[in-house]
Amino acid sequence: MGQYNDICQPDKSTFWRDPRLYQIASLSILLLYGLFWLDFDISIWQIVVTLGVAQLIQYAATRYFNLPVFDPKSALISSLSLCLLLRTNDLPVAAFAALIAIGSKFVIRWNNKHVFNPTNLALVVLLSSGLGWISPGQWGQVAWFGFLIACLGSLVVTRAARADVTLAFLTFYVGLLFARALWLGDPLTIPLHQIESGALLIFAFFMISDPKTTPDSRIGRNVYALLIALTALYVQFGLFKPNGPLWGLIACSPFVPLLDRMFPGARYDWSKPTTGHVSVSVPLSLSLQPQRRFS
Amino acid sequence: MRYVIVPTVAFLIGLFLWSAEASAFCGFYVGKADTKLFNKASEVVIARHDSKTVITMANDFQGDVKEFAMVVPVPTVLEKDQIHVGDPAVLKHLADYSAPRLVEYFDPNPCQMNYPESRAMDMMAKAVEAPARQEPNTALGVIVEAQYTVGEYDILILSAKESHGLETWLSESGYKIPHGASKVLRSYLKQNMKFFVAKVNLVEQSKLGFTHLRPLQIAFESPKFMLPIRLGTVNADGAQELFIYVLTKQGRVETTNYRTIRLPEAQEIPLYVKEKFGDFYRDLFTQQVKRESERGVFLEYAWDMNWCDPCAANPLSAEELRSLGVFWQDSPSIKQRRGFMPQAQNVFLTRLHVRYDAAHFPEDLVFQETSDRNNFQARYILRHAWTGTDDCPAATTYRQQLRERYEREAHTLANLTGWNINEIRKAMNFASLTGGEDIKWYQRLWTN
Repeated sequence: MGQYNDICQPDKSTFWRDPRLYQIASLSILLLYGLFWLDFDISIWQIVVTLGVAQLIQYAATRYFNLPVFDPKSALISSLSLCLLLRTNDLPVAAFAALIAIGSKFVIRWNNKHVFNPTNLALVVLLSSGLGWISPGQWGQVAWFGFLIACLGSLVVTRAARADVTLAFLTFYVGLLFARALWLGDPLTIPLHQIESGALLIFAFFMISDPKTTPDSRIGRNVYALLIALTALYVQFGLFKPNGPLWGLIACSPFVPLLDRMFPGARYDWSKPTTGHVSVSVPLSLSLQPQRRFS
Repeated sequence: MRYVIVPTVAFLIGLFLWSAEASAFCGFYVGKADTKLFNKASEVVIARHDSKTVITMANDFQGDVKEFAMVVPVPTVLEKDQIHVGDPAVLKHLADYSAPRLVEYFDPNPCQMNYPESRAMDMMAKAVEAPARQEPNTALGVIVEAQYTVGEYDILILSAKESHGLETWLSESGYKIPHGASKVLRSYLKQNMKFFVAKVNLVEQSKLGFTHLRPLQIAFESPKFMLPIRLGTVNADGAQELFIYVLTKQGRVETTNYRTIRLPEAQEIPLYVKEKFGDFYRDLFTQQVKRESERGVFLEYAWDMNWCDPCAANPLSAEELRSLGVFWQDSPSIKQRRGFMPQAQNVFLTRLHVRYDAAHFPEDLVFQETSDRNNFQARYILRHAWTGTDDCPAATTYRQQLRERYEREAHTLANLTGWNINEIRKAMNFASLTGGEDIKWYQRLWTN
């Protein structure tokens, strides 16, 4: 989440191909379900503040950096994800989270890409400061299965070009959880129960897959997914902390420029989804472009 | 439980004088449900800050104490100083303080004042608890890391290379290991857990003169914030009840791998429930468990230990909290020297209630502390109607609305507990309450 295409204004033909529309729809439905059926600890005001501040920052940054068009979609995805995951009792904290998320896209950059996934960074900052928390167990099976289907469905419908990183991460992460259970002699109901978290799905389908913060090449993305899965499991079973994948992503994000250098590929453009299969010269030429890209 | 009445009333009066908020409660204490509402229940208190943890484990084991043994996976080898026998009275106090409660309000005369939310009293009930451990076993190739006698208990700290050895050793040592425990033991061993094994030393027990088993306490440092429940599900016939009281510095605690759900609260229910609050609460809990497909962990109480409103029992003293493992407060003597009241501070209590079995709770409970300091209590309301004979337009309206209110209360009760609505109406003496008006024909058709 938290990506936005700054240089290509989507015309009508490309508008509906933008996978972010499907993401927004599924996140919104999930939020409503959580709010009214699962009694999520979140007030309407917190939602309003989070979404509002996110758009405000996106708009302000668009003006400040003279971007050609204000695109609310990525900021909306980031802020919807924040609403789904972040819990706090203070509205200023919710606003602060939205500020960090969207602001970081424009400030923390390397080689014309933002380094951290916006939602991920905001969550980690708030978790470490003790200002907020995440309730990873609050989903329930119905919501989880429903959301899983919606997520997988959106991959198919949108033919999301960077679905590979999602699938690679889930394969490594779930595979290693099952391997651990087999090694311990645990029943397989345990790893099945461990993956039954809406937070994991949001992470896999909306955060790690953010084309703007993942490596450009497919091999780079697979290596990246493996690194994150290993870090996540270490946090979970070595440090005994919850929300392992979030910490894994934040720890591995700084390695993306390195992975891009080792395994070059084409930079992502929301209106022209690609898998990064482009000749090596392309990213070089892109990186030489003088114009700023804040997506 | 009636003995609690006097101090509770006294404390309520104190609250009345002290706090405008508390003055809203102007009634009297009515009573509370028995602590033995739930069968096969255990109580565990966890006091934790940073990675320092004190766990108090209590049970109401009713059989021959010779038969009693408990095997608990622990993350570290414990020294003798890290094991202690606690005072059951403190645990009881904690249970009473945090118990689900019943509150009574009295409607005022509608002719004399604007119809404010009536308020009034409180009473509480308690939900409660019971046994604790079991797990006998047998084994070989086992290392006895340490062996102590603490109070009336003989304690062993075991580690082992493999689970079959541990199982055999425990069996040969007279512990009856449930069939199927070996797999679970193996999993814990691979996770580098040790086993804390306790049984009763009959000689020490008779010397000490205790007839009941007192709670065992262990103190250790570990990043693991969890409660092992898997061994308890191996041979359990049916679900088990567990009450978990967590004392923390920062805020509410919740499970990270299961849904933590607040129980329905502040619902108005028919007056006759006063006489059977225990049954009401037990059935309410069962109903909520079903609604969550038997997978939920329920929040019964979350409150700053400095106060309560209304109070089912006074907050625990600093000494009591210390005995339960709250190590992060200054000692009472230091506070007094500094001129503070020796009252608890920086202690937030979370009370969780879970009904678990192997099918629905495959994993151990894992917790996290949140920064949420919002208070929550499972509180239920009895609202007494005004029965005066004054006549005025407001009184007429009031009387007309009563019928609807009774019907609403009946539905609430049926909904919360799954009780039959017709029986509820009968128990409420619905016809006479509503001035002889009969309920609609279609309201008799369905039971809830």
